[in-house]
Amino acid sequence: MVRIAVDLNRCQGYAQCAFLAPEVFAMHGEEALLYDPEADEAQGEKLAQAAAACPVQAVVVDAVDASAEAVPGDR
Amino acid sequence: MIGDGSLERFRREGRIVVVGASLAGLRAAETLRDKGFAGSLTMIGDEPHEPYDRPPLSKQVLLGKAAAERTALPRLRSVDATWRLGVPAAGLDMAARRVRLADGDEVPYDRLLIATGVRAHPWPREAEAQLDGVFVLRTRDDSAALARRLEAGPKRVLVIGAGFTGSEIASACRERGLAVTVAERGAAPLVGALGGVVGAVAAEMQREHGVDLRCGVMVTALEGDASGRVRAAQLSDGSTVETDVVIVSLGATRNTEWLAGSGLGAGPRGIACDAGCRAFDIRGIVTDDIYAAGDVARCPHPLFGYQFLSLEHWGNAVSQARIAAHNMISESTDRIPHMEVPAFWSSQFGVNIKSVGVPSLGTEILISQGSLKDHRFLGVYGYQGRVIGAVAFDHARWLPFYQELIETTAPFPPSFPTVDRRSDGQRPIDADFPDPSVPTHGPTVTLGGYSPADRRMTFTPAH
Repeated sequence: MVRIAVDLNRCQGYAQCAFLAPEVFAMHGEEALLYDPEADEAQGEKLAQAAAACPVQAVVVDAVDASAEAVPGDR
Repeated sequence: MIGDGSLERFRREGRIVVVGASLAGLRAAETLRDKGFAGSLTMIGDEPHEPYDRPPLSKQVLLGKAAAERTALPRLRSVDATWRLGVPAAGLDMAARRVRLADGDEVPYDRLLIATGVRAHPWPREAEAQLDGVFVLRTRDDSAALARRLEAGPKRVLVIGAGFTGSEIASACRERGLAVTVAERGAAPLVGALGGVVGAVAAEMQREHGVDLRCGVMVTALEGDASGRVRAAQLSDGSTVETDVVIVSLGATRNTEWLAGSGLGAGPRGIACDAGCRAFDIRGIVTDDIYAAGDVARCPHPLFGYQFLSLEHWGNAVSQARIAAHNMISESTDRIPHMEVPAFWSSQFGVNIKSVGVPSLGTEILISQGSLKDHRFLGVYGYQGRVIGAVAFDHARWLPFYQELIETTAPFPPSFPTVDRRSDGQRPIDADFPDPSVPTHGPTVTLGGYSPADRRMTFTPAH
């Protein structure tokens, strides 16, 4: 899986992410964004496109292998 | 540190301990590694989970669109840390440079970062707070438990407190088709953070979406049935609300109790630190080895008259953590001040609410774009002739412009003609913030220190 956070201070509702990765990002109302904080690997390429296309670079995704950084003992 | 190579040695083999394993703690750890700290790094967190993101907990998760357990924060780089999760810090020995954990272990440090954040203020009557069906919403576990209960289809949800979190919960419940009552002590939702003019719009939004909104009332008691499940709430106006889920959204308490008696300048308002995130001790002397960042820190902000600001904002946690981390491993002349303009967002009832600056410091508001009636507008807050904050309802794209006005202490009312001239606009009016002596839900910005208009300071010792 790939973990996602969106800096919604930066987000200005351009909706590029919602066009490129609709399974992960969706507009909620005219301007607000809703996203799935964890996407399947299968979404990886679309997700990378969505993050790259964001005009304000608000989409933050895992830059390291999530399982390698897993914390021992996390429940 | 002095120029004897000790900083280089510390960067190479020193020990840094971060207390608080949430957004600020994680981003600080990443920054430390990014900037070349090669010593040992220990992350201490009271929850058993690795760092996770909180904004989705009151939105996506309550809407049933994401699982609370799947909100871990993305990692920007490897941190190579020792994690001590599920064990809260219980004490600090500043002289011996050790953090004591609740399980009795002690963790030594050369430099310490405190990012213990805040916790939800519980319902004050303990027996009532224990009733099944009474929730607060702050942690991943809170959100998971509440989402399960909402999934089960309660007959009515009661939200106590209409600040941002309470309002977002009410919005999610209505979107799920649940009956919702909101009880707010103040005159309107969001009134503490945004004032009565904007609060009136928030109230309209709630009512238009079918929320049974009751303002100017307090919940005086929660009642349980024979099996210990909450069944009703008594209100100060004498009415009763029958409910099977109660969510207490009465703001947050700073996690500083573990520092009591340590000698660090920490208390209910947070940990006082300088603009470079170095914590003060109780004598008002800045420490050189203890730093604070995120919701628990309060530091002087040059744009707001050097008042001490504590901000419960996502963006503040990120930027302050990065600055604290940088300063922890830098020469004093290479340190940087935390000067970011406060900013936050909320989305509720289909409207995107964003703000920059400190609206709650404003006394007047001018609707410069859009209209209150449409619930789409931009409001500029003025304080003593300058622009001090701005709020946007579905007008986010314009906010960077207003942020610049705040950063340049532009005059209020603004000198430009408004973009779309509407009847609401042009004239500043009283922003209608509540009397600070009247209790309401707290704003997400807390001001301390002295007024920006009055730079004199009076020191009155207690004894």
